[in-house]
Amino acid sequence: MKIDKNTINKIARLSRIKLDDKESEDYIKDLNSILDWVEQLNEVNTENVEPLSNISSSILPKREDVSNDTNSSEEILENAPDKLEGFFAVPKVVE
Amino acid sequence: MNNLIKGEKHDWEMVIGLEIHAQVKSNSKLFSSSSTKFGSSPNSQVSLVDAAMPGMLPVINKYCVEQAIKTGVGLNAKINNYSVFDRKNYFYADLPQGYQISQYKYPIVGEGKVTIDFKDGISKDIRIVRLHLEQDAGKSLHDQNPSKTYVDLNRSGVALMEIVSEPDIRTADEAGMYISKIRSILMYLDTCDGNMQEGSLRADVNISVRKPGDEYGTRCEIKNLNSIKFIKQAINYEAKRQIEILESGGSIEQNTMLFNTSTGKTRPMRNKEEAHDYRYFPDPDLLPLEISKEEIGKIKSSIPELPDELKNKFIETYKLSNYDASVLTAEKQTSDYFNETINSDPELKNHAKIVVNWITSELFSLLNKNNQDLNNSPVSPENLGQLIKLISTNEISGKIAKDVLEDMFSSGKTARQIVDEKGLQQVTDQGEIAKVIDEVIAENPKMVEQYLAGKDKLLGFFVGQAMKLTKGKANPKMLNDILKQKLNKKN
Repeated sequence: MKIDKNTINKIARLSRIKLDDKESEDYIKDLNSILDWVEQLNEVNTENVEPLSNISSSILPKREDVSNDTNSSEEILENAPDKLEGFFAVPKVVE
Repeated sequence: MNNLIKGEKHDWEMVIGLEIHAQVKSNSKLFSSSSTKFGSSPNSQVSLVDAAMPGMLPVINKYCVEQAIKTGVGLNAKINNYSVFDRKNYFYADLPQGYQISQYKYPIVGEGKVTIDFKDGISKDIRIVRLHLEQDAGKSLHDQNPSKTYVDLNRSGVALMEIVSEPDIRTADEAGMYISKIRSILMYLDTCDGNMQEGSLRADVNISVRKPGDEYGTRCEIKNLNSIKFIKQAINYEAKRQIEILESGGSIEQNTMLFNTSTGKTRPMRNKEEAHDYRYFPDPDLLPLEISKEEIGKIKSSIPELPDELKNKFIETYKLSNYDASVLTAEKQTSDYFNETINSDPELKNHAKIVVNWITSELFSLLNKNNQDLNNSPVSPENLGQLIKLISTNEISGKIAKDVLEDMFSSGKTARQIVDEKGLQQVTDQGEIAKVIDEVIAENPKMVEQYLAGKDKLLGFFVGQAMKLTKGKANPKMLNDILKQKLNKKN
């Protein structure tokens, strides 16, 4: 797989990152060398090998269904650039 | 059954599949300890995990997992011992993480099915593809300010079950029946409160049209419908729109649509050039979810009686029709009420059909008229049972019983009290009825003549007169029998 200009633009848009031409060129180079390096793995024969999903033998920790009753409003909104009556206020997003 | 829509050249068939989002009934969220309570002040139930503060890690709620398994069992579905949480990536103001934790390739529940029952006794299976667990997003308010959107994250992170059906649905009515059935199962299981107004249960509809027998057509998805009425409206509108395009030689563009509840129309969402690219990948913060056979077995054994089992039990025990039994079991409160009523007196078991009718027509219409719910019905099951017993033992007539029920409803008195106080007992004394009939015959010699000359219809007139004299209390069958006897003797 090769990363080209179109792909890098698409990835940038999906990630909401603005790239100028120079940056795009740099990222194309960087990402391609990463992909080339990973592609070496294709040389290994993985037929009949189960995909490994978990390198530790630990199991998913679970919580009991208990809710805390603290009012988070003030703390949560503390860093908000804009707020109104307990709501976050953001630039209008309308579908 | 004809499910087709008349077209210009040929008939059309709808092909519909539903994705239902059901909020899991739990105290706390799927991956955090914030409360799930509805209607609290904005952003008051948001933990640092829900707000996606850096470094916060999700820890799964055990009870939500059990609720999903329970629901899977209720949908006759396969429970997967191994499932994985994935990140579904997209940007939106009410999704602080920038991704939703969901399940993609390995859902917790696999294939299942539910049955819907039609009025004519026919049933149909709708196959379920899967059920998976995921986080809900926050809530955006767009209409409060011309340049701002307000965001409340209280709902952010609440557990949802997404239930996906196969495209087995063929009409708007079937879609309505399907979602009602799912809602009913969820409520029997107590895994979702089923409250559609509050958004605890909502659906996306996938719909296409085709010439019967053809391959599936191109489908459109209508997003986020939160009432059965809107689901049906949206389906009918969208099918018509697609047929019009196809009949005028056009083709359907695969699209995501929104339904406008005030105009009753669907329209495509904007931004379609940004075709969804969610880049699913396993969430590195969460290990795979493994559930042992023992755990599944334990949950299975804790499952209450479900509507279909209960329906079959009612059919078998009380010889009810499939339709009556499915109406009774559609909502847990109805089947509970029926059970309590019929068990309030051993005699009533032989009059199950009458019990059904009194609940589903008389009592329901009174409740409707007064905007009340069976849960807080002023008439208790025991009292209704007492009233029905008075009918079945011929103590009062069915007609008078309706007035008694209304009285019970408004006064809270028992049927017995009302019947005694107002002296409504049916007259079953042969002599007394005969006396009244003699009176009627004596007063209407002309009518008697006409009747004897062959005008049979006049029988109703005599019955009416006699009923009037007894204030409606004469036993109708006895009245009829004696009346006929007496009139025929005149002949």
